[in-house]
Amino acid sequence: MLVKQISVFLENKSGRLAEVTKVLADNNINISALSIADTTDFGILRIIVNNPDKAEKVLKDNDFAVSSTEVIAIAVPDQPGGLEKALRVLNEESIGIEYMYAFVGKTEDEALVILRIEALEEAADKLVKNGVKVLSADNVYKL
Amino acid sequence: MQYWNPTYECMHREEMTRVQTARLIDTVKRVYHNVPYYREKMQKAGIEPGDINSLEDLKKLPFTYKQDLRDTYPYGLFAAPLSEIVRIHASSGTTGKQTVVGYTRKDIDTWAEVAARTLVSAGADRNSFIQVAYGYGLFTGGLGIHYGAERLGASVIPISGGNTKRQIQIMKDFGTTVLACTPSYALYMAEEMEEMGIKKEDLKLKAGVFGAEPWSENMRKEIEERFGILAIDIYGLSEVIGPGVATECPCKCGLHIQEDHFIPEIIDPVTEEVLPEGSKGELVFTTVTKEGLPLLRYRTRDISSLTYEKCECGRTSVRMSKVSGRSDDMLIIRGVNVFPSQVESVLLEFGETAPHYLMIVDRIDNLDVLEIWVEVNQAMFSDQVKRIEDVENKIRKAIEVTLGINAKVKLVEPKTIERNEGKAKRVIDKRKI
Repeated sequence: MLVKQISVFLENKSGRLAEVTKVLADNNINISALSIADTTDFGILRIIVNNPDKAEKVLKDNDFAVSSTEVIAIAVPDQPGGLEKALRVLNEESIGIEYMYAFVGKTEDEALVILRIEALEEAADKLVKNGVKVLSADNVYKL
Repeated sequence: MQYWNPTYECMHREEMTRVQTARLIDTVKRVYHNVPYYREKMQKAGIEPGDINSLEDLKKLPFTYKQDLRDTYPYGLFAAPLSEIVRIHASSGTTGKQTVVGYTRKDIDTWAEVAARTLVSAGADRNSFIQVAYGYGLFTGGLGIHYGAERLGASVIPISGGNTKRQIQIMKDFGTTVLACTPSYALYMAEEMEEMGIKKEDLKLKAGVFGAEPWSENMRKEIEERFGILAIDIYGLSEVIGPGVATECPCKCGLHIQEDHFIPEIIDPVTEEVLPEGSKGELVFTTVTKEGLPLLRYRTRDISSLTYEKCECGRTSVRMSKVSGRSDDMLIIRGVNVFPSQVESVLLEFGETAPHYLMIVDRIDNLDVLEIWVEVNQAMFSDQVKRIEDVENKIRKAIEVTLGINAKVKLVEPKTIERNEGKAKRVIDKRKI
């Protein structure tokens, strides 16, 4: 139920992001979702890929500072209110979200949302119990 | 008043040699009997106080290094009982620990004496208003000049550093006639003065004594121009006593060393061989009147040369040339001694091996700025922005505490900093002094 997300440290310099994508491309790794948290001096690139372990290894081999983090991927109806329902569940259970980002999946009527939450297992349980579709890791890697 | 103490400042060479020899013999006895560290060193070299009878015998004595002060931190090299130490000062050490110095009442008196000589060479006298803008505190700069100025009978304005607008207002309102601060701070003040609309004609300033960092003839000309004063180079280091070790006179042709208190030598920094008059090499001092922390042949790491020719000003004391560099990697940033190894010791606290780092020093608007690039390693990296910012902040604070100055810390990607074969290049100094 928990998905492995890869985080990469990037300086605020041009070409760094392109370098990351090149390394992944050269190693036949596909990116499904991506987000960048930025500050004045640096950014953290977060990616969901089809082979996180391989991605972690090749990026490290190419001298990037990399870490992997567990996140939850949920699928919500791609329509107004789709996301709101899932967030309401978390709110009612007093579960705080550290960060999140969304992407459109291959299915026509679903949007996929990546969530980083402190108490991941508990959150995943609560979401499932309330009828929110939580994707398995394999499903996400196959996207 | 041309000289504070003409007896010593204009003494004949033979008389000076007699004075120095007697004081050297006393000092060697003192350290041999009171300082176990020196006794051991001398015994290892097979030397006894009885072997030292003339200035030529100076070369028989072992050298003292900053490392020795570190190894005996804090008071291991003191030659007087702690109850007789009335003042403690400290300056930067090569790692986290400071270099500690101690003074007896007589030492404070000696210090005031040599500092007074410094001020008088710049033309100060009991009617002067001396603004001491060197930092007061553990650093020797502020209090050193302060006691010299009081000894002189001048009116001392103990303003210390910082708060530049107020400094300038006070300089104008209180009628300061002599300014004491670092040369780069003087230029910084000159800029601020212009912004405040205060002209040099509005001031009563006549002279300034500037030191604690290297400065060029160009900088001197600029200071003299912008303030309308005589700008004198002064030299000192806490281990020897503080400010007052040597001073230029109005001839501006070398700094007179107060050699009745501090005997200078120039050595080859690699072989430690004593070099003849006029040769460029590392300055070494033997203190011959200090009681609290007398030092034998202390290696300063400053590069200079000596001349014994009589100066046009009438002083006969040996002159050292303006310091032209260092024989180690120490930097002076905003008047503070900084060692790259200090940065290394801070970073070691953040992982098993110290991350790679690079210090970039620059001078912007006459103020020295330090930026330290630190390569992010796996141990430091986290998925969360605030964790990384936390690490950055912790490093910045630790550096401020250890170095005594603040620096911008920039986290950079792994392998960004050039690797070298052999000794890593840790410093890029962009300042053109």
